Amino acid sequence: MATSWSASRLAPLGALLLALVAGCAAQPALRGTGDLGLVIERASGSVLVVDTTARRVLRRVEGLGDLSHASAVFSRDGRYAYVFGRDGGLTKVDLLTGRIAARRVQAGNSIGGAIGQRGELVAVSNYEPGGVRIFDARTLAPVTDIPAVGADGRRSRVVGLVDAPGRRFVFSLFDAGEIWIADLRADPAHPRIARIRGVGRQPYDALITPDGRWYLAGLFGEDGVALVDLWHPERGARRVLAGYGRGQRRLPVYKMPHLEGWAVAGGRAFLPAVGRHEVLVVDLGTWREAGRIPVHGQPVFVEARPDGRQVWVNFAFPRNDTVQVIDTETLQVVRTLKPGRGVLHMEFTPRGEAVWISVRDEDRVMVYDTESLRPLARLPARRPSGIFFTARAGRIGL
Amino acid sequence: MPRRFSLRRAAAGLALGAGLLASVQTPAAGPPAPERAAALRDLVLQDCGSCHGLRLKGGLGPALTPEALRGRPPELLAATVLDGRPGTPMPPWRPFLTEAEARWIVEALRRGDFLER
Repeated sequence: MATSWSASRLAPLGALLLALVAGCAAQPALRGTGDLGLVIERASGSVLVVDTTARRVLRRVEGLGDLSHASAVFSRDGRYAYVFGRDGGLTKVDLLTGRIAARRVQAGNSIGGAIGQRGELVAVSNYEPGGVRIFDARTLAPVTDIPAVGADGRRSRVVGLVDAPGRRFVFSLFDAGEIWIADLRADPAHPRIARIRGVGRQPYDALITPDGRWYLAGLFGEDGVALVDLWHPERGARRVLAGYGRGQRRLPVYKMPHLEGWAVAGGRAFLPAVGRHEVLVVDLGTWREAGRIPVHGQPVFVEARPDGRQVWVNFAFPRNDTVQVIDTETLQVVRTLKPGRGVLHMEFTPRGEAVWISVRDEDRVMVYDTESLRPLARLPARRPSGIFFTARAGRIGL
Repeated sequence: MPRRFSLRRAAAGLALGAGLLASVQTPAAGPPAPERAAALRDLVLQDCGSCHGLRLKGGLGPALTPEALRGRPPELLAATVLDGRPGTPMPPWRPFLTEAEARWIVEALRRGDFLER
């Protein structure tokens, strides 16, 4: 097709384009969200929408309340983030427009949340009042409330909430030492609850394996991990890594470790040891300890690069200026990095070529190349904490 | 970042005010210098805040607001800050604080000095 681009032909085309641009001014730019994400700015109640391809901040969204210990999950289309704030605020943020699509203060004090398998329900775990509340993901209208009353008859704070296949949510009761499985298959407004009692003292956080089968709750009140097989919840919980401290006194813990980033590589899992300068290695076939790796401080996050070749670790106060990289083949620390004071979180890009690290006390996010281990970018952010990329939208338990 | 600077200034102002009060109660130790006071405020909000909430309304740890602390003896609170509470996740902060600083933090918490507005 031969086209002659004469001025007379271009003029109407230009006018059309102008009209389109004007008409679209209020519309979000036409783009996917697969390379977008959020950085929580914990002190100012705001989040940054970031682009991991361009490695830049697209916009700041404000008005999200108290974001200390905030986390986020994503709608299955990757357009919306649900941000769980400490003050019980649940905020739905539109990544494309930067607008708050919905917001609800649903409890006095909350700790995290999850989005259901079908993407239509969002669950929040609360400290005050202790329990789980479930909302319509579209409108944030309440669907149901699950008070976490343990066998002791008292309300317990809830931690380690994840979604599991089969329209279930799984969570742990910190005070009661129980793991509950809420099954929403029959009726989301009236979930069936399976309660597993006596799983161990003070489960502080939990995770689910990427295949959705195993739920592990780390214990704070004793050395060990409670394990539930979600294919066979009727078998209850069993204790693994019991007494990994071998009777030695643990150090004071200045920041609770997290288990959200499941670190699996080469048939082994990597977990933070509570109150010790160690990363624990667990064999996934036998659930026995397969080693322990001495590290710089008490681990907070232990996260595997998506290909499983490296595990990155950050540390609790006062050693929180450091990140270490572990080679999962040799189980050795291969590099110690100093991104700055107050390293709070790390998030890998979906295929792991880069990792974003929040450096709270220096008001910036550092981006590292995970092969050269050199910084690629530094982005200004106010007191950044959690970093969450939309690739989580398609992953079980995130 | 104008917000940070104003916070700093506010913290220094608080420190000065609190320092005047503290100097009456603990003439021997004296108040922390403004820079140290700002660092302590940061420690309380950011690091204590990981468990007690950035706004000190509680979380894994209890609330540290003036209402929540009313009626609690300051010496006991300072002892908890310094030596932790066995059987709970509360760790001892003695490696990072002097006794005078712990008392200064407790007084500031009781007055709500670390909270906005």
